[in-house]
Amino acid sequence: MIEIKNLYKTFSSGDDRVDALRDISLTIADGDVYGIIGMSGAGKSTLVRCINMLERPTSGAVIVDGKDMGTLSTSQLRDARREITMIFQQFNLLMQRTCLQNVCFPMELSGVKKAAARKRAMELMELVGLPDKAGAYPAQLSGGQQQRVAIARALATDPKVLLCDEATSALDPNTTHQILSLIRDINAKMGITVVVITHQMSVVKEICKHVAILDHGTVAEEGLVSAVFAAPKSEAARRLVFPDRVDEQVSNPHSEGQLRVIFRDAKTTSIPLVARMARELGIMANVISATTQPIDGETYGSMLLGVPHDQMESALAFLGSIPNMTVEEVTDLV
Amino acid sequence: MYDNLFSPASVEQALTCLRNEIPFAIWETFYVTVLSTALAVVLGLPLGVLLVVGEKGGVLPLPGWLMKILNILINLLRSIPFLILMIMVFPLSRLLIGTTVGTTATIVPLVVAAFPFIARLVESSLREVDPNIIEAAQSMGATPMQIICKVMIPESVPSLMSNVTIALTTILGYSAMSGIIGGGGLGKIAINYGYYRYKYLVMLVAVILLIILVQIFQSVGTRLAVKSDKRLKH
Repeated sequence: MIEIKNLYKTFSSGDDRVDALRDISLTIADGDVYGIIGMSGAGKSTLVRCINMLERPTSGAVIVDGKDMGTLSTSQLRDARREITMIFQQFNLLMQRTCLQNVCFPMELSGVKKAAARKRAMELMELVGLPDKAGAYPAQLSGGQQQRVAIARALATDPKVLLCDEATSALDPNTTHQILSLIRDINAKMGITVVVITHQMSVVKEICKHVAILDHGTVAEEGLVSAVFAAPKSEAARRLVFPDRVDEQVSNPHSEGQLRVIFRDAKTTSIPLVARMARELGIMANVISATTQPIDGETYGSMLLGVPHDQMESALAFLGSIPNMTVEEVTDLV
Repeated sequence: MYDNLFSPASVEQALTCLRNEIPFAIWETFYVTVLSTALAVVLGLPLGVLLVVGEKGGVLPLPGWLMKILNILINLLRSIPFLILMIMVFPLSRLLIGTTVGTTATIVPLVVAAFPFIARLVESSLREVDPNIIEAAQSMGATPMQIICKVMIPESVPSLMSNVTIALTTILGYSAMSGIIGGGGLGKIAINYGYYRYKYLVMLVAVILLIILVQIFQSVGTRLAVKSDKRLKH
C-alpha cells in the first residue's frame, strides 16, 4: 500500500517560489491500477518522483508498505527503489547496451550473478513479447518495442510497485493500446501495484481502476474511474472529461441556459429524452453536444443541452426525475 | 629560403636522413605521443568525471570550494603556453625521471599539458549523457559509483573516443615542439635540419610525415568512435 500524507513540494530558486504540490493525500491499495491525471504543469511528474524520492518532498510523508520513504538512509532507499521501479516517456534505455544487457542492468546493480541475471532477463524478454530482440540495440527498435524492453527491465528486480511516468505519451494510439494491455496483464498476473501518470483521459479509461485528478498541485477529485467519469464534480475533472469547450461557440448564453445531463446504462440511453421534453412539456431543447463512452464495462453518456431560460426549472425537474441520470445547470461555460 | 630545395646535394641528404634517422624518429614520435596521451587519460578521466558528478545537483556533489579550486587549477594549467610549461616542469621531470632532457623526459611536460585538456574533453563528453538515463539508473537504486562506471562512461564511449583522438593529434603537435628540450622524434629532425642547418628539404619531409601521422590518428580514431556507437543503425 502506498500512502501519501499531506505532501508539499516547493521549488525555489532565489526569490522565486513555485508550489508544485500542495497538501496531497492519497492512498493507493495493493494490486490497484491507479491513475494520476492532470494537465501539463499540474505536478504529476513531481508527485510520482516523490514516491521513490527522486524528488524530496518539502514536507509530508510517503509511506510504501509501512516504510516511510523520507526517513530511509541512502542505502535503505536504494534497496527500497528496487521494489518501486519506473518506466518513462522517453524509455531511457542505455543506448550502448543490447536489450538483454539493459534488462540485466538492474540485476547487475544489485549483484545478481551474471548467468542467473541473463536467464531471468531472457524470461522477461519473452514475457514482453520480444525474445528475438535480445541481442539488438535500442536504436534498432521502434518506440513501442523500446518501451517493452523498459518494462522488462523494470520487472527484473521483482518490484511491488510499477510507476509509469507518461509511459505511452510518445507512442501512437495503436502502440499505446498494446503497451497498456501489457501493463494490465502484468498487473493481473503478478499483482504489481501500478501507478499511471498521464495527461490522456483515454489511458485512464483503458486501464485504471482509481483515478486522482491533479490540478495546480492539488488533488481536485479522487475515486473510482467510473464514478469520476460519470459525474465529475470539480472544474478540473470536468475539463478533462468534457474537453468540449467549443460549446461556447455554438450556444448563445443570452437566449438559453445550459444543462449537463449524464446518464448510465443502456436503459436510460434508450429513452428519447429530448423528444419527450418537446412533446410533453413543450421545451425546445437544443442539443449542443452528446457523447457515449464505455468505462469499465458500462456505458456512460453525456449531453449538453441548451434550454430557454424561462423553461429551465421545468426541464431540470423533468430530467431529474429519470433514474440513473444526473443533471445540473452549467454556469461556468460563459 | 626554398631556392635550391631540390638540388642534387639536398635530395641526396634527405634520402640519407630518410634511411638512417627518420624511421626511428617516427617511432619516437609515435611512442611519446601515445604514451603521453595514455598517461594524460589516466589523470584526466577521473578529473573530468569529478567535474561533472561533483557539481551541485550532480550524482556525487562535492563541496563548492573544492570544485572551484579544481576548475581554477585546470584553467591555470591550460593557459600556460607549452613552450614555457616545458621549462617550468623541469624540477618535476628531474624528480620523476631523473633527467630533464631526452625523449622520455619530454613525456612529463606533455602529460602535464595534456591532462587538464583531457579533463575538459571528458567533462564535455559526460555532459552529453542524457540526464533522464541517469535518473532512470537512480530510480533503480544505482550507487553514484555504479552510475559513473556503468552508465556515464559506457554511454559516452563514442564521444570519449573522438575527444581522445582530438587530444592525440594535439599532443602529437606538442611533442614535435619538444625537440627544443632534446626530445627525439620528427619534431627534432625538423628543427635540427631546418632551423639550425637550413636543410629545408629534410624539414619538409619531417613535416609531411607529421601530417601523415595526424591523418592516420584522426581517421583511425574517427572510425573507432563511429563503430563503437550503437545509437547508429549499422
